[in-house]
Amino acid sequence: MKIVMAKPGLDGHDRGAKVIARALRDGGHEVVYTGLRRTPEEISRIVMDEDATALGLSTLSGAHDVLVPRICELLRESGMGHVMVFLGGIIPERDHEKMFSEGVRAIFGPGSRTEEILAFLGKSESRIENNQPVGVFNDDGWHWN
Amino acid sequence: MTEKEKLLHSALEGSRRDLSRLLSMIEKGEELSMPEREENPDYMILGITGPPGVGKSTLVGRIISYWKERGKKVAVLAIDPSSPRTGGALLGDRVRMDSANSGEGVFVRSLSTRGNPGGISASLMAMSKLLSCCGWEKIIIETVGSGQSEIKIVAFADKIVLVDGPDRGDIIQAEKAGIIELADLVVVNKSDVPSALKVAENIRSAFSFSNENDSPEVLLVSAERNDGIEEMMELIQSSESPLWRSRIKIRERLLSLWDHRLMSSPKLNQVIDDIETGSISLEDGLDILSG
Repeated sequence: MKIVMAKPGLDGHDRGAKVIARALRDGGHEVVYTGLRRTPEEISRIVMDEDATALGLSTLSGAHDVLVPRICELLRESGMGHVMVFLGGIIPERDHEKMFSEGVRAIFGPGSRTEEILAFLGKSESRIENNQPVGVFNDDGWHWN
Repeated sequence: MTEKEKLLHSALEGSRRDLSRLLSMIEKGEELSMPEREENPDYMILGITGPPGVGKSTLVGRIISYWKERGKKVAVLAIDPSSPRTGGALLGDRVRMDSANSGEGVFVRSLSTRGNPGGISASLMAMSKLLSCCGWEKIIIETVGSGQSEIKIVAFADKIVLVDGPDRGDIIQAEKAGIIELADLVVVNKSDVPSALKVAENIRSAFSFSNENDSPEVLLVSAERNDGIEEMMELIQSSESPLWRSRIKIRERLLSLWDHRLMSSPKLNQVIDDIETGSISLEDGLDILSG
């Protein structure tokens, strides 16, 4: 799967994103890392130019509440509603439902195992093969956790 | 109209999304019939290659900015190797190309060597053609390496720049192998590091042993400090390939297309099986594949 790993907003810590990028590579995926401090507009354009299947967002700053809905909206607006979005970093439990309702399919907080993230991607791949929705547009309410 | 023709039509009309989808199809080995690219002196395919860690991506970032400031639309195809063990790839060139992430006039696609069943050079050629048909005037192809195969990859580019850095000297090794003839310009990056000067000297001296007096220029720059970039761009634009270099490039292009034709033949697996069981010879196999 071609996956864009992005760091939206002003948070300057990307150790986590890099560890995940590396683990996904070792799991056989093609990972494009964007670097730090990308705007929602930049991220949506990168996903478009790369024609990625999935977008992993890592945020630790607490701004997910604003940034994630904006990114999902931009993806839908620009004809990329099929792109699967998953989240990592510090996302408080109370915000999970809201994130899922925006179209996010999985949230991986501290302590998550890379095996689990790979299992999630594997599950998503089989859903795509079976024409079941994983994107931010077409929703049957499925999410990983 | 087929789905592909619809996409092509819309990409030619300016849809970035559909252009991007077509690039993926080419990457997967699909053929696409495109209109001839318009003759325009502003159009250029620039190949940038060199060993890992010499600062190619940072340099590409500077080239993007240079062209962007002059109102040009710039597209980049950045190629990174994929792991032979897992097939996975980590494509991180964007991180060092800050200018790549902003603005409508810059298009960057990261590619791994894996997704190209017929050889990467043939798909890069088709991708570049598509991009220029869609109005992307400047196309930069960035590949890692200084070996024969990496330089071959960019043989179809209009201009080829080889990048080296201090404490590497890989280009001198390339000179020994006789593949440096493809380069239109040699750039030694990190000119702020004292040993860069020495590397540039060594390359110039290696060239001076050659009988040809039209060896490529050797230029010192610092991509990090934005030093020497304007001069480099002027040299890239003004350099003209001597006839013998154009002929080598054409030769390499033929070889790439040949590879592509053999590797993308639907009979490939059958031919390999037949050779393995001894029912046909290698020559027979080649005849079948090229027939």
